[in-house]
Amino acid sequence: MKLHRFLIGCAIAGMMAAPAWGEGGTLTVGLKAEPSSIDPHYHNLGPNNSMAAHYFSRLVEQDDKLRLLPGLAESWQPISETTWEFKLRQGVKFHDGSDFTADDVMFTFERAPNVPKSPSSFATYLKGKSFTKVDDYTLHITTERPYPLMPVDMAQVPIISADVGEGVTTGDFNSGMAAIGTGPYRFVEWVPGDRLVIERNEDYFDAKPEWERIVFKPIKSGPARVAALLAGDVDFIDNVPPVDIARLKGEEGVQLSQGVSSRVIYLHMDQFREDSPFVKANGGGEIKNPLLDVRVRKAISMAIDRDAIVDRVMEGVAIKAGQLLPEGFFGVTPNLSPEAYDPEGAKALLAEAGHPDGFELTIHGPNDRYINDAKICEAVAQMLTRIGIRTAVETMPKAVYFRRASRGGPDNSPEFSFILVGWGSGTGESSSPLRSLLHTYDKDRGFGASNRGRHSDAEVDTLIEDALATVDDEARLALLQKATELAIGRNQGIIPTHYQVNTWAGRKGLSYTARADERTIAMGVTSDR
Amino acid sequence: MTVQAEQRPGSGLEAEPRPDDVSVETPFRRFVSDFLESRIATAALAVFAVIAFIALFAPWIAPTDPYDLAQVSVLDSHMPPGSTAFDGRVFVLGTDGAGRDLLSAIFYGLRISLGVGVMSGIIAMAIGSVVGLAAAYFGGRVDTVIMRIVDIQLSFPSILVALVLLAVLGKGVDKILIALITVQWAYYARTVRASALVERSKEYIDAATCLALGHRRILFRHLLPNCLPPLIVVVTVQTAHAIALEATLSFLGIGLPITEPSLGLLIANGFEYMLSMKYWISVYPGVALLITIVSINLVGDQLRDILNPRLQK
Amino acid sequence: MTVFIIRRLLQSAVVVAVMSLLVFVGVNVVGDPVDMLINPEADQAEIERVIRDLGLDRPLHEQYGYFVVNALQGDLGDSFIFGQPALQLIIERMPATFELAIAALLLAVVLGIPLGVLAGLRPDAGWSRTIMAGSILGFSLPSFWVGIMMIMLFAVMLGWLPSTGRGDTVPVLGVEVSFLTRDGLSHLLLPAINLSLFKLSLVIRLARAGTREVIHQDYIKFARAKGLSETRVVLVHLLKNIMIPVVTVLGLEFGGLVAFSVVTESVFAWPGMGKLIIDSLHELDRPVVVAYLMIVVLMFVIINLVVDIVYSILDPRVRLQDTKA
Repeated sequence: MKLHRFLIGCAIAGMMAAPAWGEGGTLTVGLKAEPSSIDPHYHNLGPNNSMAAHYFSRLVEQDDKLRLLPGLAESWQPISETTWEFKLRQGVKFHDGSDFTADDVMFTFERAPNVPKSPSSFATYLKGKSFTKVDDYTLHITTERPYPLMPVDMAQVPIISADVGEGVTTGDFNSGMAAIGTGPYRFVEWVPGDRLVIERNEDYFDAKPEWERIVFKPIKSGPARVAALLAGDVDFIDNVPPVDIARLKGEEGVQLSQGVSSRVIYLHMDQFREDSPFVKANGGGEIKNPLLDVRVRKAISMAIDRDAIVDRVMEGVAIKAGQLLPEGFFGVTPNLSPEAYDPEGAKALLAEAGHPDGFELTIHGPNDRYINDAKICEAVAQMLTRIGIRTAVETMPKAVYFRRASRGGPDNSPEFSFILVGWGSGTGESSSPLRSLLHTYDKDRGFGASNRGRHSDAEVDTLIEDALATVDDEARLALLQKATELAIGRNQGIIPTHYQVNTWAGRKGLSYTARADERTIAMGVTSDR
Repeated sequence: MTVQAEQRPGSGLEAEPRPDDVSVETPFRRFVSDFLESRIATAALAVFAVIAFIALFAPWIAPTDPYDLAQVSVLDSHMPPGSTAFDGRVFVLGTDGAGRDLLSAIFYGLRISLGVGVMSGIIAMAIGSVVGLAAAYFGGRVDTVIMRIVDIQLSFPSILVALVLLAVLGKGVDKILIALITVQWAYYARTVRASALVERSKEYIDAATCLALGHRRILFRHLLPNCLPPLIVVVTVQTAHAIALEATLSFLGIGLPITEPSLGLLIANGFEYMLSMKYWISVYPGVALLITIVSINLVGDQLRDILNPRLQK
Repeated sequence: MTVFIIRRLLQSAVVVAVMSLLVFVGVNVVGDPVDMLINPEADQAEIERVIRDLGLDRPLHEQYGYFVVNALQGDLGDSFIFGQPALQLIIERMPATFELAIAALLLAVVLGIPLGVLAGLRPDAGWSRTIMAGSILGFSLPSFWVGIMMIMLFAVMLGWLPSTGRGDTVPVLGVEVSFLTRDGLSHLLLPAINLSLFKLSLVIRLARAGTREVIHQDYIKFARAKGLSETRVVLVHLLKNIMIPVVTVLGLEFGGLVAFSVVTESVFAWPGMGKLIIDSLHELDRPVVVAYLMIVVLMFVIINLVVDIVYSILDPRVRLQDTKA
């Protein structure tokens, strides 16, 4: 009887063993983008950060909805207006067997903002803070002003071992020599352009992941990733192109996982120039920039058929947007919903604003940055053309686009009049887009860094600044909600169109906990068995 | 034979051939009749004429203007060939990812591809001919330096030369024109120089020199016309080459900008859909490109056979 | 002789110097890499630090000066994106490209010579005309389009071969190669055929022309008169004599294959240097673009130099002509 069961068990196991992930727990993942380095502090970039999360831990971790979880720090709390105390986890070992202590944290924070030639450093999260080691497992972080985002900032910087030494280079990480962390996986090898291999860390301090070994393969082209999954070359892929979703749903052996991201796609309008370069009167003459008028901006928002964008351009894989973050994130206000499609109302509003026959406009957007970005531009242009704002489309590669959009004009001002952009909130709360997109542009204080329409409202500014200095969550939430309502609901400072929904696909039986930060983390891939 | 009958319209009405009928056999007529001897080449020429017509008159004969946003709707995106739009139009070849009628997009694409190819060919020919003539006519140091540059450039593959230039110049119609001209001029220079050297030693040039005619007059009125036959052959081959190269560069995303959707860009846009079995977006523009290049090449082959038997392999 | 070589060396140096100036200056005025690299949450101070760190705040002539000084010491700068020496990135991807180019070259010879010989032996037969028509197509079709069609046919519709990537590799003498694994070989096949098509047409034409010339030579007639079998005449006497020009031409064409692999690698996502340069162009990784172009230009200059010198040894007239002028 037992033998009989055993044999059947073997047979089933044999059948299950056919897919690669049945044998020895190896999972092969096809990624859209590979990291530019293994050094976790070299480049503050999506693919690098998601990869680093496999072999390095952070003081604080973020779950799929970007809520904070204990990481290498067990707990944290403000002990005064300006000081936070972090209690570190004890008994954690690095991959090389050495113990984790506050010294490693101090070493990390010393190195992270100062990596030579870093194209985008972690200084953003560390500057203006002073760190004090109280004992081996207690850390104090002090800022000049009250700083509520401290735990979020601490969730961004991967902790490395102090043993790798002062002079450690980015190359040392790439070769694997210095790639020693405390994460659930240990780094094995990286062949750029071909594969990145990691193996399970059997001494991981937290719940052990399912897969023993993971091979990441960069496959840049969307259709090629899909083809690789269907051909069985890989078990799991990220960034499934929307066009392929319907087809994959019909495939027997494929399972899709989807989740809304914290990235909002929005339109930014020139709100600072009387004479805007890409706004013209009908026939091409000069015109006083109509986008300065809030009624015109509102009319544009009403003219956009968000349902059509979601259904036809995004193939149903997006959620229409009315503010900066989708439901469930910190700072989302219940008082704002997506503007309803109302072309007649939009025309009436345009007429009221003194433009009954519309005007001419050019929308600029990237064509290789967001899901279907160029097509969204075209769709928006078609919709605006229908209410009389005759809109031309110009899309370009992100390489050219972002520079021109940020400072392509005279005196480093934004070049365009009407643009499509996206913003993913790394912190998971609306303070991030509010301070970067809607606060008055202030180069010296680091506000409005991506405010390419130069929306400016003193009331909104005050609310944002207050929120960023309010440690109490409840009070901060109220401030952020109020700021959002004013900046978007009242001012139409930006026009949100939709939130991106990301799709992952794997063999049947593999599911993924979709993450709002769009990261592909192998620990989140689980099998049914 | 029917061709010859056509060449003598009304000959049946004449009782006897008039004496000047003998002189009807002008070089041009002989050239035409030689060309028409090959049925394939004749067909290719006819096809090319149609393509050129489409390219010239695309805005008037295309079913829609694919770049007028009032006529395009994303609701029609990637529909298969033969589908019907929401307003009842039929998309003969389907639509692309933005809902453009593919047939119209191909017509407009031909216009851009052919325009860029032919324009670059003409300019390169002008530059190359002048340089080649100068090299042959003046000889000596001028000749050595020019031909050394030509040799060096021809030793690099065209794609590499174009890659260097586009990496340096960026995207744009003017930039790709510069790249295509740079790639081509050396061929013209070499061809013209070679035949000009042969012609230069002939007596009529000596005669012209004895008459003390100016350099320019000798070069352009006497030498150049006699170098034309091989030049015409090179023009066809190079134009086809330029069209293919532009398509390749645009496909790689370093040629024309998205605002100038040549056939190469149409193919590139369709590539992402191909693995999703939406083959038409990529395949039909490719077929158009193919027909264009092959027809030009076939015409070129025939021209080479009649104009320059020496080049025949 | 020495004068000739020095002359050519100087010329080559001028070409490389002009190219380096053109490429470096040109590449450095297109776009702004900082916006591509920087995290959008970074503030102005961070943006300025990156500009300083990458040396982009210096005047262009100063940047070029550094580049030349370093380049002469074998350092072509660090990739903006990877932070590693650009030269190293390119060398890492070189084996993939060379494997592809060699495979394409082999295919061109293995398929091209028999087809060309066949067409040359019976120039008027139907299949000879088919072969020659095919070679015309091979010359005129843009290879990216053929690649796409191959993917559609063999990968999408028939599902026989994978469409992208390189597949499994095994190290041979420290170099990763894919032709020794089944998976790797299946990945190699389509791109290699695609890349070889143009050269295949060339080989067919060369072999056909060679065959037609050799077939009338006395030694072939003699071999036949001796009563040797037709197979032996063709395989030994004919083949031996047409191989020399074909192989010479192909040796020279290898550089062309490497250059043209840019297209094939982009279509098939083959992780070689060609794909690297296109990706780097899109991402404005200037040091890699400059380094790639310099390496390939250098490769061609060296090939040409060697060819010139070899020819001048074989045929003194070349040398004389050049020295006179």
